[in-house]
Amino acid sequence: MTLLLNEENQFPVLGNQAPEFEAQTTHGTLHLSDYKGTWLILFSHPADFTPVCTTEFIAFAEIYEELKKRNVELLGLSVDSVSSHIAWMRNCEEKMGVKIPFPIIADLNKEVAKKYGMIHPEQSKTETVRCVFIIDPESKIRAMLYYPLTTGRNMNEIIRLVDALQTSDKHNVATPANWKPGDPVVVPAPKTSEEAEERLKEGYDCKDWYLCKKKLPES
Amino acid sequence: MPCISADGKPTTSGMATLKSLKDGPLTPEEIAGKTGQPLFKVRSGLRELKNAGFVEEATDKFVLSKNGSNLIQ
Repeated sequence: MTLLLNEENQFPVLGNQAPEFEAQTTHGTLHLSDYKGTWLILFSHPADFTPVCTTEFIAFAEIYEELKKRNVELLGLSVDSVSSHIAWMRNCEEKMGVKIPFPIIADLNKEVAKKYGMIHPEQSKTETVRCVFIIDPESKIRAMLYYPLTTGRNMNEIIRLVDALQTSDKHNVATPANWKPGDPVVVPAPKTSEEAEERLKEGYDCKDWYLCKKKLPES
Repeated sequence: MPCISADGKPTTSGMATLKSLKDGPLTPEEIAGKTGQPLFKVRSGLRELKNAGFVEEATDKFVLSKNGSNLIQ
């Protein structure tokens, strides 16, 4: 399910199935379902051979190995051709010394961009804004970031977000503001007064009955 | 295309996928484990190899077709 922004643009919803697609990429034809069983970061950039996008692509390439350790793949997208993507990737390698190891969708007809609400006309009528969709192994949308054309994304935050989602799934907990791996996590709020009473005896670090934290075992 | 070149022949990664099947049918996950290729790449590659007639799909596993077997001999 998606929200309709206007006749052409849909807007995905957290927790829903990510819209399926078939797309031409620098690694051949890919379907969203090819990523089933792995986490996927689908991200868009406004255009090849532009300065902020180039810094972001290099930064994404630099965190790729860290992401792979977390069973996460990267998939870029812009409204450019496969040839343009290849030329830009080669330029990044020749001029910046960074090989781009992940595929990039050539979304010339904006088919994928429209399914994911990547075109924001007040920013640009033709280019995609800087989106990040974190999609889990069951193809559900777990997090979305939308940045304007002027502002490059923060890779540490993207890794932190992946760590937080995977930690929540593994331990059935939530993560507080500015959480990072190793920090205490939030125990889900109690649903009954009995649970509220009992949790005070669990040995958690409780500020009150509704705000309790605990350390996770070292993994 | 990752597994089939413009002249219709398997690429290096396509050949690696075909060779991984020489001892019998495998799932995409098993092929990924055997070849070291990412799972998404194995799945998209198998789709191309199947369309080109080099592999066949049997339930959840893939097996070499006659053409595929001949190619890796």
